[in-house]
Amino acid sequence: MRFTKDHEWVALDGDVATVGITAYAAEQLGDVVYVETPEPGRALKAGEGMAVVESVKAASDVYAPLSGEVVEANGDLSGAPETVNAEPEAGGWFARVRIADRAEYDALMDRAAYDAFLETL
Amino acid sequence: MSLNSVGRPTRPVSDTPGAGFASLSGGRGLLQDEALIFERSSWTGTGVDLPEPEAGSEDLGGLVRAEPLRLPGLSEPETVRHYVRLSQKNHAIDLALYPLGSCTMKHNPRLNEKLARLPGFADLHPLAPVSAVQGALALMDLLAHWLKTLTGMPAVALSPKAGAHGELCGLLAIRAAHAAHGQTRRRLVLTPTSAHGTNPATAAFVGYEVMEIGQTADGRVDLEDLAAKLTDEVAAIMVTNPNTCGLFERDILEISRLTHAAGAYFYCDGANFNAIVGRVRPGDLGVDAMHINLHKTFSTPHGGGGPGSGPVVLSEALAPFAPTPWVVHDGEGFRLVEETEAEASQAFGRMTAFHGQMGMFVRAYAYMLSHGADGLRQAAEDAVLNANYIKARLSGVMSAAFPDGPCMHEALFDDRWLEGTGVTTLDFAKAMIDEGFHPMTMYFPLVVHGAMLIEPTESESLAELDRFCDALLGLAGAALSGDMDRFTSAPHLAPLRRLDETLAARKPRLTWRPAEPGVAPAPLAAE
Repeated sequence: MRFTKDHEWVALDGDVATVGITAYAAEQLGDVVYVETPEPGRALKAGEGMAVVESVKAASDVYAPLSGEVVEANGDLSGAPETVNAEPEAGGWFARVRIADRAEYDALMDRAAYDAFLETL
Repeated sequence: MSLNSVGRPTRPVSDTPGAGFASLSGGRGLLQDEALIFERSSWTGTGVDLPEPEAGSEDLGGLVRAEPLRLPGLSEPETVRHYVRLSQKNHAIDLALYPLGSCTMKHNPRLNEKLARLPGFADLHPLAPVSAVQGALALMDLLAHWLKTLTGMPAVALSPKAGAHGELCGLLAIRAAHAAHGQTRRRLVLTPTSAHGTNPATAAFVGYEVMEIGQTADGRVDLEDLAAKLTDEVAAIMVTNPNTCGLFERDILEISRLTHAAGAYFYCDGANFNAIVGRVRPGDLGVDAMHINLHKTFSTPHGGGGPGSGPVVLSEALAPFAPTPWVVHDGEGFRLVEETEAEASQAFGRMTAFHGQMGMFVRAYAYMLSHGADGLRQAAEDAVLNANYIKARLSGVMSAAFPDGPCMHEALFDDRWLEGTGVTTLDFAKAMIDEGFHPMTMYFPLVVHGAMLIEPTESESLAELDRFCDALLGLAGAALSGDMDRFTSAPHLAPLRRLDETLAARKPRLTWRPAEPGVAPAPLAAE
């Protein structure tokens, strides 16, 4: 699993990346009340907004950690946004993306680097 | 001396009135519990006796309503009591200092209300002939003059009905100006991370893409980041000054220079103009468009006989694109320039069906005249002084988000000082209710962790500021000494206890249906 400074995580299986927000982000947001996931088929550019997550505190954009095409969105989140709080790095995934460039994945932080980054916040 | 031993006691029998006491009816003394208006009434009756219609139903063919309308059938005193009881549940600026500040409500001087009720203003019809409303048009013209003078801007559109409506007006003028100059590739609007949510929302609504500008460690716009993002695709920047952290953008002149050099327009969110009115003219800062929330800077209510009012001042460059109508004065008196006339040929359109919100115009103008230019300036200075007093008194215990230097009209704290206590900003805010104060703005601006934003406004006395600070310092002491129950289960003394905001947001119940006769109403508890 790899991570971004904007607190998204990516798990790669072949050329399909599963994307979500980290446990740290879910904890910081507080209770998530609404999630807007991207439409399958949408082309994503790394760094652009791909989803919206709304908590009792604030609404936040989720940025695409990688470029590629959305192949699946987690439809369960619309009826059960609390999954993002309960299992942020598993069942609370947002979308699966067929990635265009493996190098983008390799450039992301690994768990140790992300944990070290959190220490600096 | 003779002591009156049989008269009414002047002290309550217990030091904690009401503790452990339950009334027979479940009522709360003279503070009445109140159901929905639909629950209070019968569905068959009506509170008003109307004669049966004698004829006409045959004209409706088969469309005559067969079912009762099911509107509440309350009499006039029942209706009045319903709303007065609801109002007793509400906290208000007329009850105590309201730390949400002018965003929500500051003191509305009663003189304004008196003047707004003058029949010559209050009873006007928007379609009345111009010859019959010369006084009202003169007032609009004078208000426009004051707004233009105070902002140092050459034009003003009075018609927008609120701050966000004013933002829309300003960006429509900017879009019209770019279109007139062939600048159609400009598709971006830049806003700082700390912007009011309405700024990106307005830009998106007008069809622009929004890009964020970063912020410096001391809470201001990051000039380097701004300069890097100011390409020839940028239509405008939207910057609030003083910003939402309660800080003056000290590089504002450079911000405006960079913006204009890139061919973009400078939209200033004028929400916080109340902190600088009479001291700073936005026109001198290079602002091209700015809305003025009359309720924030000029003490009107948000509404009253209609919505609020958010006039927009415009620079020389944007003035030709101002929306109609506006007031002009010629040999025959005042008149409104409407969209068909040549002098309005470049106007982008209009924001409202009529001329704007007369009731707010009267109140704002009354406030201006009763204060004068020097009085407006003093109001701004007092607002800043009061906020700095609160910042200074609370900073010893609570952590100021930007401790260096003074703030403007708002004192911003973060939640670092609560670290390790188990008390959150939300808990602290709820506990304030038990102390008799409305909570401050929480968790905004988003750039500050666990933000607590306090705006006392100019109209609080030193005694009231001290009462507020004493209450907060008392609570802070309790939080730091581990008195958790005071916070985690607060509020204890409100008509309703802690509400489940998460459940309300996740599973909102947006409709309420009356029970059928003989059927118990659906329980309000969540599934």
